[in-house]
Amino acid sequence: MTTRIWVGTHKGVFTIERRSGRWTIAQAAFLGDDSPMLLPDPRDGSLYVALHHGHFGSKLHRSRDQGRSWEEMAVPTYPPKPEGYDETNPTSGKVIPWRVEKIWSLEAGHPGQPGVLWCGTIPGGLFRSDDGGASWNLVRSLWDDPRRKQWFGGGADLPGIHSIAVDPRDGRRVLLGVSCGGVWETRDDGASWDVRANGLWAAYMPPDRREDPLIQDVHRVVLCREQPDCLWTQHHNGVFRSTDGAVSWQEVPHVQPSVFGFAVAVHPHDARLAWTVPAIKDEKRIPVAGQVVVARTRDGGKSFEVLRNGLPQEHAYDLTYRHALDIAANGEVLAFGSTTGSLWTSEDQGDSWQCVSEHLPPILCVRFEGRAA
Amino acid sequence: MPRIHFTQNLQRHLHCPSCTVAGQTVREALDAVFALHPRARLYVLDEQGELRKHMVIFVDAVQIRDRVGLTDPVASSGEVYVMQALSGGASDHQDE
Repeated sequence: MTTRIWVGTHKGVFTIERRSGRWTIAQAAFLGDDSPMLLPDPRDGSLYVALHHGHFGSKLHRSRDQGRSWEEMAVPTYPPKPEGYDETNPTSGKVIPWRVEKIWSLEAGHPGQPGVLWCGTIPGGLFRSDDGGASWNLVRSLWDDPRRKQWFGGGADLPGIHSIAVDPRDGRRVLLGVSCGGVWETRDDGASWDVRANGLWAAYMPPDRREDPLIQDVHRVVLCREQPDCLWTQHHNGVFRSTDGAVSWQEVPHVQPSVFGFAVAVHPHDARLAWTVPAIKDEKRIPVAGQVVVARTRDGGKSFEVLRNGLPQEHAYDLTYRHALDIAANGEVLAFGSTTGSLWTSEDQGDSWQCVSEHLPPILCVRFEGRAA
Repeated sequence: MPRIHFTQNLQRHLHCPSCTVAGQTVREALDAVFALHPRARLYVLDEQGELRKHMVIFVDAVQIRDRVGLTDPVASSGEVYVMQALSGGASDHQDE
């Protein structure tokens, strides 16, 4: 049984442990500090935490003893911006800074690449470390790709890479989810990239641009660990899945009670089994009818169940962000958190939920303890 | 030589005490401090060398004008204060 969950919040990092059959808060770190991203590295048990200081910028810390002590690591930094070079955000017209505005995703490389870490940022730069976070380099092949310059912000003012999925069969294959910029893939360890968004469509664009792969606002992209050609995405205006390695995407239109949301999780063994946490729609980012529910499909999206046992069903306005739903590596336990500071776990694939706390700071990231793939 | 002071809140993250350094501009004075305390650089400046959005610097009680080049002059008797702007206190937090 998985025994530990890490929770990054707007005001600190919390360790949740399973003790005497219940999940409880065991430890807090970085209290008061915005903690948007965590990475429990399944290869060596290290825990990485990205902090976003309002004054001092983004920082990265690592613990090698389950959060008891921490060391500050190097933080990704953009190279010097060329003199006179200005690139503007297509929607706002403002200059894109060559500066880490936020660390928005952090993933371990393949077990065969033990020092490799990937880091996605706002305003859209992907960084790679080959030495476990001691140093970072901007992945220029993607940053310099002229198609990258068509990305624009979704949610945030600037575009960002929020999802990084490493193929368990081959660490040279990495998929990215970008708001707003579609799904990207490298098959050569980052030397070259291509966009993989066929089948996605955008309700927020004029008809001639709806299927433009470069503007698709995928909110989250996840890959099934044991069926890595199967992916799910919670998109801005719907849920989509792919069964051919992101070559094509099919819409899954029957998500109940709504197709809008941010988070999606897929079972590590069975790609047909997936969960989302719906909200009404983009203009009303609250649960339908004030009831917190989880949507689950067992048949690849043909049908959905609405799971509500143990979740608040009256005047509940919890919103779940894109990194705040996770499933344990063994597929046994789910957890999700909300903007209202509620955290729930389920040990029966979502049939019933236990509330761990209703009083945490706004929850940004929920991740189960890592385990070697 | 000018004397430079840092917000107490920075001390929570790293050791960066008040010190006296050489320098005729804010940039030169800061560079001298960062030579002694390298980790402080990315807390005060971004990777392009600009003052971070929610930081402010005062020279002899006057807020500096050049947040990009940090060319504001500093007298040899100058007192430089590197402070937090109140605008950054809540961090950026917007709905996704």
